[in-house]
Amino acid sequence: MSEPIDLLGAAGKKSKGRRPYFLESRQTEQVLSVVMAVAQELAVLRERQDTLERLLEQHGVLVPGAIDAYTPDAQAAAERGSAMQAYLARILRILQQDAEAQSTTSEASAEEVSTELGR
Amino acid sequence: MTAKPATPVDALADDRRYDGPPDYRQVGRHDLSPSLTHDEIARFNFLAHMNRHLATRILPGVGRAYESRVRPDFHRTHGRDFSDRQEVRRALLKDPAFQVWSALRRNTMESRQQAGRSVVLRQAARLNARSAELTRGDPRLVLDPTLQMPRYIAAVDNHCMPGSYYTELWPEDISAAANYDAGLFVTTGGALGRLTDGAGWGLVQWMREHHPDFKPRRILDIGCGLGHSVLPIAMAYPDAEVVGVDVAAPMLRYGLARAKSLGVTNIRFVQANAESLPQFEAASFDWIQSTMFLHETSYPALQAIFRETFRLLAPGGFVLHAEQPQYTPEMPLYEQALRDWDAFYNNEPFWTRLHEIDLDAFMVRAGFAKADLLHGGVEAIADPEQLRKRPALSEAEDYGRRAAWHITGARKHAATSEQAA
Repeated sequence: MSEPIDLLGAAGKKSKGRRPYFLESRQTEQVLSVVMAVAQELAVLRERQDTLERLLEQHGVLVPGAIDAYTPDAQAAAERGSAMQAYLARILRILQQDAEAQSTTSEASAEEVSTELGR
Repeated sequence: MTAKPATPVDALADDRRYDGPPDYRQVGRHDLSPSLTHDEIARFNFLAHMNRHLATRILPGVGRAYESRVRPDFHRTHGRDFSDRQEVRRALLKDPAFQVWSALRRNTMESRQQAGRSVVLRQAARLNARSAELTRGDPRLVLDPTLQMPRYIAAVDNHCMPGSYYTELWPEDISAAANYDAGLFVTTGGALGRLTDGAGWGLVQWMREHHPDFKPRRILDIGCGLGHSVLPIAMAYPDAEVVGVDVAAPMLRYGLARAKSLGVTNIRFVQANAESLPQFEAASFDWIQSTMFLHETSYPALQAIFRETFRLLAPGGFVLHAEQPQYTPEMPLYEQALRDWDAFYNNEPFWTRLHEIDLDAFMVRAGFAKADLLHGGVEAIADPEQLRKRPALSEAEDYGRRAAWHITGARKHAATSEQAA
């Protein structure tokens, strides 16, 4: 065997036979599939972290229960709080922008402006 | 390792009475097993748990939706109850609970294929070389490159397996079989044992229990795939000569290599279509077996297969077909509709028709005497010393995927074959 193939493409290849869609919108079902893939990767990450913690305990690096007993000091708590806020702002950006749009009365789209500017 | 984990992984997880799918590291290994990284195993674990979660936690909600709104709505609109499983399925397709369960179930199967193929394809060169080493020039592998894939295998890829059983990405490629084998433990949640051979051991037990004196000399397994269900039979009857027949070359190559690496030597793998096996003489097998194979054929093929098994079976010999139960009038239409899910949404298109056929009548039409027909039940025997005794899905019905099967078969009497000759 010598032919190199596109491994990523081949692993995720579509199976023969038209795919059924069950949800009312095809895009919604696609988003569900993406969410489940992300959930899978999160599970993988959790399992990896669990392995890591157990190994650290086994090797005496981490005291059993230390993670649950950990209390951040004021400085660390503030840093973590800021990071959490930034994280939420990133993943929920579209909701922030939708709310901003609702408080903007009439707003032209670029497509509309494009017509105007081309006249 | 202490009994109590020092760090709780999840405060809501209750591991005191753990009865879920085993960690994938429990899977039985042989020379063609792919090597797996930590994360690849974690992906398989996630998918095994997804299947279980869907069956035990999500599917019951579909049942409640059926009773509380799908069925009453149908009654209100039509002034009557459902009359067949197709009506039930069409109504379910409009229900949000069924829609979401179906979307997740389909997606989980597709993810399982992607996960398995990612593992196998990245190391296909090594696996193919090992397979060639084990099988090249071995007379126990008989391939027929001119064999046409039957329509029932070529039309859609069974269980959403890209390229199905037969596609070769490289010469002498076995990646299709390696992916199928790797994923069986995931899809069944380990319910079929470390080597996914629980059905085969169940059949062995059935035969020993019902016919302890039966000493088969030649055994034929049709639609053998990679041989995972027939190897226990070959091991239990070491004096018998066993032949596995399948249309897909990757499965057969892999099957022989796997059998050899597991120390099973009394089996041959022959590429052929079970509808017509002129290479074998009439009455030349004492036991003809099919295990979860008939549903991957077709209406005409099924009849040809029954006729061919009648021709090949020796007087006094057994033919046993293990499948999921037939749809009978006693089986609720809801259950029938759910059992049909794999037919339509997991690319097993003949599944639905097969399960409504009067198999006894077909057996008689193929030549078997009515008095010679037999029926039975087989439960998976999943090496209980290593895994849990109870299969992962047995408490919660996961329609069509339970690790237990019905047997439809016959024992051919001497007189029957003489009449037919």
